[in-house]
Amino acid sequence: MAEIVIDRVQKSFGATLALASVSLAVADGEFVALLGPSGCGKTTLLRIVAGLETQDGGRVLIGGKDVSALPPRARGIAMVFQNYAVFPHMNVRANIGFGLRMAGAERARIARQVERTAALLHLEPLLERYPAQLSGGQRQRVAVARALAVEPQVLLMDEPLSNLDALLRLEMRAELKAILHEAGTTTLYVTHDQTEAMGLADRIAILQGGHIVQTDRPAILYRRPATRFVGGFIGSPPMNFLATEASGGHVGLGALRFACPRANGPVLLGLRPEDATISESGMGFELAVIEPMGSHALLTGRVDGQMMRVVAPPDLAARPGDLLHLRPDPARVVWMDATTGEAINA
Amino acid sequence: MRSRTLPYLLIAPASLLLAVLFLWPLVQTAFLAFRAPGPLGVDVWSLAHVRRMVSDFDFHTALFNTLGLVVVVVPLQFILALTMASMLRHIRAGRSLVLWIWSIPLGISDLAAGLVWLAILSERGYLNTVLHAVGIISGPRSWLTYETPGVLFAAIVATELWRATAIVLVILVAGLDMIPREYAEAAEVFGATPWQRFRRITLPLLRPSIQTALILRTVLAFEMFATVIAIGGRNFPVLASKAYNWQYFDQNTGVAAAYALVIMGAAIGATLVYLRLLRSPEQAR
Ligand SMILES: Nc1ncnc2c1ncn2[C@@H]1O[C@H](COP(=O)(O)OP(=O)(O)O)[C@@H](O)[C@H]1O
Ligand SMILES: [Mg+2]
Repeated sequence: MAEIVIDRVQKSFGATLALASVSLAVADGEFVALLGPSGCGKTTLLRIVAGLETQDGGRVLIGGKDVSALPPRARGIAMVFQNYAVFPHMNVRANIGFGLRMAGAERARIARQVERTAALLHLEPLLERYPAQLSGGQRQRVAVARALAVEPQVLLMDEPLSNLDALLRLEMRAELKAILHEAGTTTLYVTHDQTEAMGLADRIAILQGGHIVQTDRPAILYRRPATRFVGGFIGSPPMNFLATEASGGHVGLGALRFACPRANGPVLLGLRPEDATISESGMGFELAVIEPMGSHALLTGRVDGQMMRVVAPPDLAARPGDLLHLRPDPARVVWMDATTGEAINA
Repeated sequence: MRSRTLPYLLIAPASLLLAVLFLWPLVQTAFLAFRAPGPLGVDVWSLAHVRRMVSDFDFHTALFNTLGLVVVVVPLQFILALTMASMLRHIRAGRSLVLWIWSIPLGISDLAAGLVWLAILSERGYLNTVLHAVGIISGPRSWLTYETPGVLFAAIVATELWRATAIVLVILVAGLDMIPREYAEAAEVFGATPWQRFRRITLPLLRPSIQTALILRTVLAFEMFATVIAIGGRNFPVLASKAYNWQYFDQNTGVAAAYALVIMGAAIGATLVYLRLLRSPEQAR
């Protein structure tokens, strides 16, 4: 049993507040992605869990034990560093085997594990090379292999695929997911790439400015963002937000009327680009740009003077300047408070 | 084309200056050592000065003393400096102040340093005053005589440790500061104990600085002169003081030059050994 519990952890660097009061639980064998824009405190939180940084307040528990006062080597973790930290004076083989050597594993087991993880990360031809002779992406794979080789109970990864080219990243993503799932490794995975988080994680925690704003399964995060920020950060293209005014529990947009959980006052209507269909009637959409993406066409235009993006069938016959009509799926519409940006629940 | 020759053009003045001011005296020294007046009154190639040096009554003592000092002082200084540098890494506030204080002896000339320790260890020096005050000795007592070469040796070692450990320290501190923290952190996450981190990560990454420090320190130790003169005088001959004596008391530049060549040969030999033993594999940067 190796669950991670982060309990009201705080951290400041001088006047910079890095983590306000962060709580997060990762169940045994679960894969949680910590997702947020650059500088929001992801690395800081991961380093606190690893014991490389000391929190100003709060506790970290691993496997039910408070490890807040323990040094990193006593926490039973493995980690992939954002800047790789692959040892420059050791070749790839020695780097991958480092953790097992420190644990005093037998030679045969080390050799076996090194071969196995090297194969997993396509590093076999590079085993005798030194880091200076590797590309950034190759070094990053060595860092991942070094962490996987020890078969950890708890794995912390800080943007481990950020430096791979798109194709390799996709492949590694799938393999990583399969390996970690099979091994039942408890994983906390830091990334700023929402597709990566969506694809890999059992649950995603969204970190913004040192706060966790929402933690949930990817599908729910996508459907029911807790804040405007989450709706805009998850999904590509992001969720559309239209500023409107509710009156008598309804909102009118173009020719359409929507039931709104807020009776009166300014609200934001949130709508995913794929949740509106183009039809004969509905709200008016002045098409400005059309981008053919192969599987679909991405339309950018204006509704009531506000920018909006919509996904349309690839064979849509329309031109910039045309006036189209949209019919949003009322079940998919979300509502946000216009000032706080937080979801209004019915 | 131009970009290839330009670097050489730019380093040419410095190389030339070094050659003139360094290599030329070297060649001259060799001439002085290996040329002696021949039967016709003109200088010819000869081993006369070298023979004279080797048959000098305390040549072997000087050689032995010099080597002894190098073998004892350099490793001690290295271990001391490495320990001090590692301790400095754990200090946050006041680090530069501590480093500054530790480096003060560097600002003192080696002769002055020798005299400081002479003042401590001489017959009526501070040490005897203290020993007398606490009743260990009853009257003035000489520590530094030709009858006590062991004490002389120890006093010179102490002086050198006090005076010149800081030069090794400064080089090692600069080297340690250049090693990114992340390597030690990664090692720690993967289970390395503090000793393993030092042994497996810090030491290998520090190798270039260690090499520089050891070469510099060893070469200087072979040339040790002023501290030895101040404390041991003629009672503790070393190669450099022998060269000095032959030049100024015996007025024999040839033998002095032969001594100088022995010192230089030893320094070059030590440098080559360090370069070979402590080289980093090329692929590992
Ligand atoms: N060692 C440090 N000293 C001072 N400020 C830091 C330090 N580490 C991180 N920060 C600050 O804390 C905030 C969070 O940083 P970080 O956790 O690295 O963000 P992320 O990994 O999400 O990009 C940033 O504003 C960053 O500038
Ligand atoms: Mg980061």
